[in-house]
Amino acid sequence: MNRVIPLQPTSDTCDSSDRAILKERGQREVFCGLTGIIWLHRKIQDAFFLVVGSRTCAHLVQSAAGVMIFAEPRFATAIIDDHDLAGLADANEELDRVVNQLLTRRPDIKMLFLVGSCPSEVIKLDLSRAAERLSKTYTPRVRILNYSGSGIETTFTQGEDACLAALAKEIPQHAQDHPPQEEVDLLIVGCLADIVEDQFSRIFNELGVESYAFFPSRRSGDIPRLGPNTRYLLAQPFLTDTARVLDDMGAKRIPAPFPLGVEGTEAWFAAAAKAFGIDPNHVETVIAPKRQRANLALERQRQVLNGRSIFFFPDSQLEIPLARFLHRELGMQLTEIGMPYIHRQHLAEELALLPAEVSLSEGQDVEKQLDRCRSYRPDMVVCGLGLANPLEAEGLTTKWSIELVFTPIQGFDQAADLAELFARPLVRRTKLAA
Amino acid sequence: MKLTLWTYEGPPHIGAMRIATAMEGVHYVLHAPQGDTYADLLFTMIERMNKRPPVTYTTFQARDLGGDTAELFKDAARSAYARFKPDLLMVGASCTAELIQDDPGGLAAALQLSVPVLPLELPAYQKKENWGAAETFYQMVRMLGKDYVLPPGEKRKPRAAGLPPSCNILGPTALGFRHRDDLVEIRRLLRQIGVRVNVVAPLGAKPEDISRLHEADFNVVLYPEVANSAAQWLSKNFGQPSTKTIPIGFNATRAFIEEVCALAQIHCDIDELTKRSRARWYALSVDSTYLTNKRVFIFGDATHAIAAAKVASQEMGFQVVGLGTYSRELAREVREAASQYGIEALITDDYLEVEQRITELQPELILGSQMERHIAKRLKIPCAVISAPIHVQDFPARYSPQMGFEGANVLFDTWVHPLMMGLEEHLIGMFREDFEFHDGAAPSHLGHGHHRTSANEANVASEPTPVPEVAVANGAPVTDSVWEPEAQKELNKIPFFVRGKAKRNTERFAIERGLPTISLETLYDAKAHFGR
Repeated sequence: MNRVIPLQPTSDTCDSSDRAILKERGQREVFCGLTGIIWLHRKIQDAFFLVVGSRTCAHLVQSAAGVMIFAEPRFATAIIDDHDLAGLADANEELDRVVNQLLTRRPDIKMLFLVGSCPSEVIKLDLSRAAERLSKTYTPRVRILNYSGSGIETTFTQGEDACLAALAKEIPQHAQDHPPQEEVDLLIVGCLADIVEDQFSRIFNELGVESYAFFPSRRSGDIPRLGPNTRYLLAQPFLTDTARVLDDMGAKRIPAPFPLGVEGTEAWFAAAAKAFGIDPNHVETVIAPKRQRANLALERQRQVLNGRSIFFFPDSQLEIPLARFLHRELGMQLTEIGMPYIHRQHLAEELALLPAEVSLSEGQDVEKQLDRCRSYRPDMVVCGLGLANPLEAEGLTTKWSIELVFTPIQGFDQAADLAELFARPLVRRTKLAA
Repeated sequence: MKLTLWTYEGPPHIGAMRIATAMEGVHYVLHAPQGDTYADLLFTMIERMNKRPPVTYTTFQARDLGGDTAELFKDAARSAYARFKPDLLMVGASCTAELIQDDPGGLAAALQLSVPVLPLELPAYQKKENWGAAETFYQMVRMLGKDYVLPPGEKRKPRAAGLPPSCNILGPTALGFRHRDDLVEIRRLLRQIGVRVNVVAPLGAKPEDISRLHEADFNVVLYPEVANSAAQWLSKNFGQPSTKTIPIGFNATRAFIEEVCALAQIHCDIDELTKRSRARWYALSVDSTYLTNKRVFIFGDATHAIAAAKVASQEMGFQVVGLGTYSRELAREVREAASQYGIEALITDDYLEVEQRITELQPELILGSQMERHIAKRLKIPCAVISAPIHVQDFPARYSPQMGFEGANVLFDTWVHPLMMGLEEHLIGMFREDFEFHDGAAPSHLGHGHHRTSANEANVASEPTPVPEVAVANGAPVTDSVWEPEAQKELNKIPFFVRGKAKRNTERFAIERGLPTISLETLYDAKAHFGR
């Protein structure tokens, strides 16, 4: 019988604490947190996202999501105009009017997020108080929450973090007079594709973790309850604030790498199993066939990706786990890994698995980073859509990074799909060149 | 504060970006928070451009607000200038930067760069994208043209004998609806007439080209939303007249040619030029007879909406039941156009108002922007796109102008496509219980992927609103009538694309006559009263 062998850093890796990270400031070519609405509105289907901002914010969200044709849009913007800028008292009344108009039109909405933006933050419109005030009016029909997706405070996936942090504050805790509801032992935190959730559920069941819940849930009403011994497992690397809220509630984080690739997924489940004292032999029994199948599927992509070099522009904070997977499991050569923000604690397990010679950068000065990228001449560049086509036109092969946050990529059975996302542009280039 | 599900225009700095990106040798330093670089995607993804827009953003963050954001702007301007070496630098603020009031114009002037700096004042909380584009273009034309302004009292010199007449083409920008191909089509037309093109601007122009605008004899204004204010300034200061006709549609293209010939003082054989056109014959051919008086709702920017209404009414034989625009700057023109069809123009940038008007009118076809496609989906009405805002599918690879004779051909195909074809429409009207070609199914030529809805849902959607019986009995004035089951069944036999209108007409008929219930007879009385 095999034993689960804990992941060992390879000889050329070094500890995260002594790693040099290039910190850059300058023009940042990234999305703001409002963009999170694009996938959050699908995940929580009875929620509505009302951005309080300017026409720019409205334009951003519709430029990103408006290619889909909506019979009933699930997001909107309360556009601040020059009358609102004149006085704050009016702005609150105006907001109440707009929310009323919206909820009259859409009686099916169960949860409304008031989403802060740069303009609303700069004029210091207090949306959290507005959410409290409006909640009193609309309870119990609609719950009204608030978070900020502004560009000045949040980068891209941090919008999900802010949203989930607001939602986490709603989680009922033990020792309170909530209606009896089962407390969960394990909370899996971060938006996952439905199919990934279902696979993970089956694995947790097989492992024998009986009491668990995914956060956020698919319906806004299904909120899990924390017990005195609840642990949580982050499924995404960008959940700094959400984790803090859970910590404050007394939940304990299970440190683990992220469930990307075979290795990452195995380590992620192993960390959970260890936290609940599950017999490692049992874990191995459950994991082994899945590991084997996933490795088999990865083989085809390894032939495309092995030895190719890759450069990451900062975007989603998924860069480090992705780079770890592509390097260790597919043999890709890492050049620079750019991240908008590095949470050293949440990424400690990941950083330990990275080779020592890779350059890490936090923040961005896009022109300088482009110069570095061009000088590396990598086989593949992971970047946002503002850079992708221009770089393709320069002869570089790119993988647009946003796709990675709305494709099922976590878990054993998605490992090959994830690799394929990176192989596809290379395969395509070869096909079109032939 | 205004609830906005969809916005018809972006903020004004997007308009300025459309000018900068259309041109060459221009760079735009935009004071804006982190995240506003999303605008690059409009150009690299929606328009599929192969280069980055020439825009440097300061991308300030919350922690910068405590510090010196003005210094941040100066650094960004300095390094953008050093790196890109533009011939002209545009500087301005986005909506958030407008709130912190750093004065990009003043800061850039203090840098004493050796190129012209165009400071932009674009009030983001009052104005929108097209205004931003028009203002940017106007300010640039003014700045680069002021040295050539005719002294007061002096008239423009007549064109020297033997020189061909020349014009500028004004208006095409980056991110414009079919600007690329319209320009090709109009250039070709002008060449055929014998008119030389002096400068096309802003698309493809350099700052030095803008300073040569005065050399042309007249201006062709293709997109008044962008080019009107610049054209007016050119007319006032250089005595250049400009065209007023927008060459969208067969008739309008002919009128445009006549107008150009008059301005250029030349003659040309229009009939020879129209030989390439097919749209007119297609509309005359018997296959198009069923298009007669199809009820159409039109919404878009003023230029495209007015032009589309003309084409719909005079060249396709549709009935224009609604016409509107979000371009407030050109509201008067749209009102005038609407009055020709005996309707009141809808001037609004409120998506919900547009949705409400369409719901009331129950047209058989919507000609609108990307936003009207959402409404059309909700109301299950066929729809074609005639105007920005648009998404990636409306920047096609193939040649697809809206203007000129080829443009008219494109319009014919595009507008007829979403409608159910003639034979199918007849047969659906006759036999209603076919398992494949039923009421709820989308037109079969759109393929099986386009299920309108299931047959059941379609029936629910068309079901008359039931009214509680008490309301009928209490003798109050009738504000709503109840459908008798038999009449309701009969209503569902009316083909779906006219059913909405029939339902509304019958209910109106019943209310006007104070009938508390709608019987089979009421339905047919109303039909006889209103006609088709």
